[in-house]
Amino acid sequence: MRGSEILERMADSTSEDVAVIGNTDFAAADLHNNTINTMTEEGVLKKMEISVSEAEKRTGKNAVNMQEIYTVYLIETRPVDAITEGQSTAPDSLWRRYSEFELLRNYLLVTFPYIVVPPLPEKRAEFVWHKLSADNMDPDFVERRRIGLENFLLRVASHSVLSKDKIFYLFLTQDDGWKDVVYDTGFQAKADSRLKALNATFRVKNPDKRYTELKHYSDELQSVISQLLRVRAKVADRLYGVYKVHGNYGRVFSEWSAIEREMGDGLQSAGHHMDAYAASVDDILEEEEHYADQLKEYLYYSEALRAVCRKHELIQYELEMAAQDLVSKKQQREELATGTVRTFSLKGMTSKLFGQETPEQREAKLKVLEEQIVEGEELVKTSNAECDEYVRNAWIDIDRFKEQKNQDLKEALISYAVMQISMCKKGIQVWTNAKECFSKM
Amino acid sequence: MTAVFVVFVYVQDALMNQYKLEEQDIKDVFITVDCPENHVTSIETFVTYRVITKTTRSEFDSSEYEVRRRYQDFLWLKGKLEEAHPTLIINPLPEKFVMKGMMERFNDDFIETRRKALHKFVNRIADHPILSFNEDFKVFLTAQAWELASHKKQGPGLLSRMGETVRTVAASVRGVQNRPEEFTAMIDYVETFSQKMGMLDKIAQRTVKEQKEYLEGMKECGPVYTLWSGSEDQLVEPLKAIAGCIDNCCKVTEEQVAGLSENQVPILHEYVLCAETLKAVLRRRDNIQAEYESKVDALANKKADKENLKHTDLSFVFGGFLGKNTEEAKQQKEQRLDCEMKELKEEIGRLEDKVECANNTLKVDWERWKRNMQGDVKSAFVDMADTNMNYYKKCLAIWESFLTSQKTDVHLEKDTDS
Repeated sequence: MRGSEILERMADSTSEDVAVIGNTDFAAADLHNNTINTMTEEGVLKKMEISVSEAEKRTGKNAVNMQEIYTVYLIETRPVDAITEGQSTAPDSLWRRYSEFELLRNYLLVTFPYIVVPPLPEKRAEFVWHKLSADNMDPDFVERRRIGLENFLLRVASHSVLSKDKIFYLFLTQDDGWKDVVYDTGFQAKADSRLKALNATFRVKNPDKRYTELKHYSDELQSVISQLLRVRAKVADRLYGVYKVHGNYGRVFSEWSAIEREMGDGLQSAGHHMDAYAASVDDILEEEEHYADQLKEYLYYSEALRAVCRKHELIQYELEMAAQDLVSKKQQREELATGTVRTFSLKGMTSKLFGQETPEQREAKLKVLEEQIVEGEELVKTSNAECDEYVRNAWIDIDRFKEQKNQDLKEALISYAVMQISMCKKGIQVWTNAKECFSKM
Repeated sequence: MTAVFVVFVYVQDALMNQYKLEEQDIKDVFITVDCPENHVTSIETFVTYRVITKTTRSEFDSSEYEVRRRYQDFLWLKGKLEEAHPTLIINPLPEKFVMKGMMERFNDDFIETRRKALHKFVNRIADHPILSFNEDFKVFLTAQAWELASHKKQGPGLLSRMGETVRTVAASVRGVQNRPEEFTAMIDYVETFSQKMGMLDKIAQRTVKEQKEYLEGMKECGPVYTLWSGSEDQLVEPLKAIAGCIDNCCKVTEEQVAGLSENQVPILHEYVLCAETLKAVLRRRDNIQAEYESKVDALANKKADKENLKHTDLSFVFGGFLGKNTEEAKQQKEQRLDCEMKELKEEIGRLEDKVECANNTLKVDWERWKRNMQGDVKSAFVDMADTNMNYYKKCLAIWESFLTSQKTDVHLEKDTDS
């Protein structure tokens, strides 16, 4: 299963050892806290096996008090050491719906803006070819979503930074009241407004060149994967048509064989092979859907990448604003001190029109400005530090992401080739059998 | 007239027996139809085909002939053969008009398809034990253009041909009374065969259409992968490799589509037309029998009239009007009836032979046709299977070479599970 493959690979890529939870002399609450701390210190995946194993439909009242049907997913967790010690304990489990996953992700996005946060599986079915239902209640869609959600959890759990987050751990383990805990963190207040971010994008003067290039890359990636998914969906539709037409041969051969003496048997058996051929396309296209899902993950990853770039632009912009503000304040101080007006200011104009200010007023102003300049220098210093730290941290995760992306996509391409090979082999077999039947006519 | 006809029947029988003895046809007439050329006159534009005949038969003056023929000439030949042998099964000509429009007539693909079909048409006639000896066929193969034109003008005049048509229509309106069971079985068979062939023809054409659409879609994929490789660094090589594989698969798909269009589709289409030929042949046989039956009925009527003559008094009335002696009138009438009955009996004898001949030739030719049909259909579908097998084999090789180029063996193991 794909999930466990990722598990293996990611477990290999980090170097931490599995640690055992300490001795049992604590009270229950302390034990719980201790567990949380240990988990979040060491990183969740080292300690737990995670899976999203089932999906179920529920009915309930929504925000506007209307009946709705929604799907919940069963998250099962089991401590790793329980397995390694040969005990087969029943896993802990709880049900979560898609909107809770969204909440978790939004929290992570705001809390770790310098991380390329793994995406969720798509909210609505996109790039469908005609046979596939675009309905969120469709069992195939639900199944693929289940796999996607598991994939999401495993990616977060194996991330060196994200896996240590307490909210994530509670998402996996705390049945009741998790939502309240998340909201209590106040993460929503920390979120940058879209307007602010957009403004920064347009006005920033000297963003880090690497991030500009990265943003272009993420745009290109998004565009090209969208195109690919669109074309793939069209091809899938056409392939379906080709295979299904052959199903008609089966029917007509069978009817025709009724009036033929010598050819009858050959026709009948050939007809069966034609039916098998037509039916085989369903499995083929289902496998291809997995390939599409792999592409979709990176389509949505490109958005996460862009978010990290935008955050950099915002921080850089704020730094530039602070620096600019400092420069202008220093200039004002100079003007005030020397009495020359180099820059236009309303105050300057009014004072010229209505009379000069008194030396006491000027002193007071200078003093205020000095304080502001000190504050401003402080701000520039911290903004600079923040910017540097962000650039540094984000680039670490970006490098990690690039490695992961190259590996995942290469594997996806290879699995695509493997799928094509399997399809060809099936085709060869069917037509070899059919040819045999035809030869006997 | 009767004597000549009887000889004709015996000659035909002899030929048929000879055919039955020699199951393998010894091919001694080889014909090729090629080199289509446009001809432009002041009135029209048409295409002619070169027809080359090589033969060792003594009936032919020379061993090699080259002539040019147009579609109309083939039509004429078919008509003459049907006239001479109404119950032999003559494989169909390609269709006269194409649905899409008249300009299609000069389209290269259309001409090539037609040329192949015409080639098949004349060769089947050459392979036929009876048809290949037909005089008109010989003229078709050997005469120069003007000779053929003048030969076409000969033959039964317009009036006699009209008479023939009238009789045929009358017979078909009348319908046959006592059709032998085996021919009814043939009619039922042809009905179903025609339906199924029609469906298969449509399915084959639809398959080609769907495959072409799939190809169009696939052609868009390669370029996207290539485009993508432009944005990447590590992934450039596999992305370009995939694009290459897809493009190669597209080429293979084109070959497959061409293969299906050229081999399988025309054969199925030909047999759709063939079904119509069979229906026409069975109708003609029915008409021959109907004609015979109508004469038999006429004879029976005359006999009944003669019987009535002895008992009725009407003739006495009749004769009274004309001032004749009743006895004399009766005798005259009786004599006339006897004469008519004699003529009818002769005609019935002739028609009876005609019916038997028609039935026999049809029966034998039916078996021959069925054998050919089985062979053709079998080879058409075996070809289809081969075309598709080759398609998948080539695609398999392309994708396997991709895997090798990526230097992975871990996934080939997974492959053996499926």
